[in-house]
Parts: sequence; C-alpha cells; structure tokens
Amino acid sequence: MNKILIIAEHHAGQLNPATARCVTCAQAIGGSVDVLVLAATPEPVVRAAAALQGVNRVLSATHEANLHALAATFAPQIAALAPGYTHLLAPSTTFGKDLMPRVAALLGVAQVSDLMQVDGPRTFVRPIYAGNVLVTVKVPEGHVVAATVRPASWPEAAASSTLAPIEAIESHVALPTHTRFVALEGASSERPDLQSAQRVVSGGRALGSGENFKLIYDLADRLGAAVGASRAAVDAGYVPSDMQVGQTGKIIAPQLYIAVGISGAIQHLTGIKDAGTIVAINKDAEAPIFDVADYGLVGDLFKLVPEFIQAMN
Amino acid sequence: MKILVGYKRVIDYNVRVQVKPDGSGVVTDGVKLSPNPFDEIALEEALRLREKGVASEVVVIGIGPADLQPHLRNGLAMGANRAIHVSTGDAVQPLTVARVLLKIVEREQPGLVMLGKQAIDDDSNQTGQMLAALWDRPQATFASKLDVIGTTAQVVREIDAGLETLEIDLPAVVTVDLRLNEPRFIKLPDIMKAKSKPIETIELASLGVESGDHLTASHFAPPLKRSKGVMVKDVAELVEALRTKGLV
Ligand SMILES: Cc1cc2nc3c(=O)[nH]c(=O)nc-3n(C[C@H](O)[C@H](O)[C@H](O)COP(=O)(O)OP(=O)(O)OC[C@H]3O[C@@H](n4cnc5c(N)ncnc54)[C@H](O)[C@@H]3O)c2cc1C
Ligand SMILES: Nc1ncnc2c1ncn2[C@@H]1O[C@H](COP(=O)(O)O)[C@@H](O)[C@H]1O
Repeated sequence: MNKILIIAEHHAGQLNPATARCVTCAQAIGGSVDVLVLAATPEPVVRAAAALQGVNRVLSATHEANLHALAATFAPQIAALAPGYTHLLAPSTTFGKDLMPRVAALLGVAQVSDLMQVDGPRTFVRPIYAGNVLVTVKVPEGHVVAATVRPASWPEAAASSTLAPIEAIESHVALPTHTRFVALEGASSERPDLQSAQRVVSGGRALGSGENFKLIYDLADRLGAAVGASRAAVDAGYVPSDMQVGQTGKIIAPQLYIAVGISGAIQHLTGIKDAGTIVAINKDAEAPIFDVADYGLVGDLFKLVPEFIQAMN
Repeated sequence: MKILVGYKRVIDYNVRVQVKPDGSGVVTDGVKLSPNPFDEIALEEALRLREKGVASEVVVIGIGPADLQPHLRNGLAMGANRAIHVSTGDAVQPLTVARVLLKIVEREQPGLVMLGKQAIDDDSNQTGQMLAALWDRPQATFASKLDVIGTTAQVVREIDAGLETLEIDLPAVVTVDLRLNEPRFIKLPDIMKAKSKPIETIELASLGVESGDHLTASHFAPPLKRSKGVMVKDVAELVEALRTKGLV
C-alpha cells in the first residue's frame, strides 16, 4: 500500500491552504496520508492539519531551528523520515519548490514538479514549456516518489469533524547553521490571499503607475477580490513581486479572474488557465487575452474600470 | 573568488512550442534556440560581481550536445572568462545536471554557483537546490538581490509571502529570479573577443556520474484549450452576465 507524507506549509501560525490541496492529490494516488508539520510552535498548525478530511496522522516535529522554513534545515529531517514512505509531497509554491528538490537529491531520486494529474501511483502528468505542453512521466520502480503538487489543479480537502491523531516526533539529524533567516518583508494585506481567493483582479503595464493601480484595488475591494499583476506591472515597480501571476509568478485558479490592461502573453496565461471565468478589459481588440477570455470588453480601462466600480456600489 | 554559472540553451521564450503529432515529444526542428533567460540574469550578476572586484573569474557551463559551442560562445561574448562544455547526446534531467555540476564544483572550487531558478523548457526549478544538497552547502533560491559580504552573502528572495532575506555562508548556490538585474546586450567587439576565449570540452561519460535515476517521459500532449468567449459591448452588459452566473 502507498504511504504518503505531505510536508505542511505554514506561516505565522496558519496552515497554508495549498496543504489541503496536496491532501486531495494524495487521495488520488491512494494510500495512507500523514502530514508532517515542522515548526517551532506546533499549535495551531498541527490541529488545522489534523482536521483535514483524508489525513490519517499528523507528525509534529518541533524544534527551534524550525522557526523559519529553511530548506537546508527542513530537508535532512524529511529525508530521515523518507524510508517509511512511498511518496513525499509538498505544494509547488515557493516553499515546496525550494524544499522538495533538496530532499530528493539527499535521497538520490528524481523529483516531479507541478504534479497536475495522477495516472497511476508513480505515473503523473505535469506541465512544461510554460504550460504549452503536458508530459506524462513515470518515477522508476523502487524509488520514493518526491513531488511538488500544482495547487491550482486540486481542490482543497474539506474539514473533518474528527481530528486525526497528532504524534510528536523527535529528529536526531544534525542541522546546518550555514543558512540564516534575516528578515521577511511581507506585503501583509487586508485583502484576500491571491493564491486562495475565489476572485482576483489583476492589472498590467497599461495602469502606468503605482498610483493608478488604486483603480484595481478599488475594484477588487468592491468584489471582495485579491489583487494580482502582470510581470510588466511588477517590473515597472507599480506593485510588489508577490503579486505577479504567471509562469514565474503565482499559478492561480479563482472562480473569477479579471485582467485589466494585460495583453495576455503566454507566460501570463499559464498562470490563469484554470480560472473558472476570465474577464478581459483591454483597448486593443486584437490582444491575445481575448482568445481565452469568457467575457471581453474593448475600451479604455481608465473609463471602464470606474464604471465597473460604480456598477458595484 | 570564482563564480560558476549554469548556462542552458532552450527553445526561445517567444516560440509557441508544438507537440509532435505522435505525442513522442515537441517539435525542435528549425525552432529558434536561445540562452535560458534566467541564466542570462545569473551570468549578468556574476559579471557585475567581477566588475566590482568581488569575483576574479566567471566560468559558464553548459551540459548538452556537441553543437552547444556557439551557445557557449554567446556567454563568453557577454563577458565570461571561459566556458566548460560537458558533452552528451542524451537529454539530461536536473538530478544528473546537479551531479555533473558537483563534479565540476569539486574541480573548480567556486565561491558561488549561480543558476537560473528554472529552465523555461522543462520548468523543473530543481537543479540549484539539488546541487546544494549534494554539495552540502547553502542554497538561496529565487534571488532578486545579492550582496557578497566577505565570506557570506545576503540574498533577498522573492517568495509567495513577500521578500525574504537570508544570510548564507559561502560557498553556496544561488538561483536567480527575473528582477535581479537586466542582462547587458552583446556588442560586436565582444563577439570578436570571445573567439579567442577557451571552451573546454569534457565528455559526460568520463565524469563517472550516475545518470539512470531519471523520470521516463511516455507521452506529450497539448493542454486543453480554453474556448474563446463572447465580447460584451459595455460595463452594464458585463456586470449583467457576471450577476447571472453568480460571480459578482
Ligand atoms: C522567462 C519569462 C518569464 C515570464 N513570466 C511572466 C509571468 O510569470 N507573468 C507575466 O505576467 N509575465 C511574464 N513574462 C512576461 C510576459 O512575456 C509579458 O511581457 C508580460 O506578461 C506583459 O505584461 P502586460 O500584459 O502587463 O504588458 P503589455 O504586454 O505591454 O500589455 C499591455 C496591454 O494593455 C493594453 N492597454 C494599454 N493601455 C490601455 C488602456 N488605457 N486601457 C485598456 N487597455 C490598455 C494594451 O493594449 C496591451 O494589450 C515572462 C517573460 C519571460 C521571458
Ligand atoms: N543542461 C544544462 N546546462 C547548464 N545548466 C543547466 C542545465 N540544466 C539546468 N541548468 C541550470 O539549472 C537551472 C535550473 O534548471 P531546471 O532545474 O531544469 O529548471 C537552469 O536555469 C540552469 O542554470
């Protein structure tokens, strides 16, 4: 039987919803599902993990060195647990992308990135070439499967009324001191989180300045939406980098995505193609974004967005 | 300090990659190839560190087929001192690349290895982290700022939660993100100068690297296409449509 270990992602005492998406992926693989929480303070993250439907057991590895999610510190602790498992999963967020290859290399196995479909216990589909191609890959027999799971491809596992057992574990591996956390400059925002929001409004180069981005924020606030951006808008300094949507930014799957003044480059589209409904507002009727938009509106955003905000009041 | 830079050749980012009709791979014949954009950024950063006097030598490394030489010349024209070509006819995956890089690292003893955060063909985003693990050294992935301070480096990383700063002891592996710098353009005299710079070729098979631990790719397919929707004439019609669907 498959024995699956999911590495929980958490921050400031919150379990990242991407972890619950990994649980759904694990259920598609089939087998027992353990979640590993590496933390300095395990509560309330372990409890949130234990409350996910489909989780059989939560392993809590508490250590002051686990205060920050450093791949160099986490990887040897995970590698030490690997012999008990057939599969190791983490979300393909920056957390999982940083960590899982380091674990795989310690174990001497290949890693599957951005797992989006399960075709068998060791056969998976993943995107390459900015999502232009899907490839089916197989992990060699006898190797533990180490994979990052593309969150946008999997719904979150629901909460359960009963808690899975929580077991404290102790690690005896030597932890390195060569990598030290200094600071995190977070865009701590009152707005919904871009990666889990059901509605997202994104702005592109056309906004022209950080001040003009206020239009996007205003519309987002009316809709209860998170705010995203194209790479061009981030590069131009209108908004912080953690708002970038696309191949090299965040891959998202909201119910509603509204692209304002974004041309629809392939690298941007790869980040939104699992969105439920895509709306595009662009003054160029030929913009490629209209090829994927469910609703397209041609015109000047500086006229249309205020009208949109007005209509939502 | 010596800096080793991963310099991969990939299908140009402007090419709309096509799957072969039989699903056995992607069409590469006649397709434009370019340096991986992230690797140009890694190389640019290494060159800037050399210009600042932090680094003394910048070495680009490419692992791939015999015709990789003109690509490596490109890296030399950008300003690298020399190139290493690890030659193989086989497609190599991140774990193999990391094992090869480790062999070169052991020989060259660099203070920094700079790689792209991901190659835009396989989009793996693995090689740097794997090398750091095998080498038992720090990694700082997704770098958008890098300062070398004596025997350590401060690296700002673009992560989902914002900008994280790490301090790492050297030697280390740094993988770069898009906003670290803007790579310079190659000028004609640089191309001339690059002709006399050395490219060393090493057969991958001679390195004693285990390369069997890879994923087998059985099928390539295009993704499901989203169908083109409707054009609405004004905001009122848009809002009406979204309301009907219960989206706003
Ligand atoms: C390796 C690599 C990775 C990349 N990764 C990403 C990524 O993750 N995410 C990403 O987004 N991009 C990424 N890019 C960049 C991508 O190729 C495009 O350059 C970028 O998405 C363009 O951003 P944009 O649509 O905002 O700007 P533009 O392409 O300049 O489009 C602006 C649009 O606004 C419209 N417009 C202008 N004025 C108005 C107005 N007043 N009203 C309405 N519409 C107006 C124009 O018609 C145009 O369509 C990547 C590129 C590379 C090479
Ligand atoms: N064949 C290769 N030759 C040189 N560098 C490579 C090669 N493959 C990967 N790399 C380096 O590793 C980075 C990440 O690649 P990947 O893990 O495949 O996404 C790239 O940006 C390169 O810097």
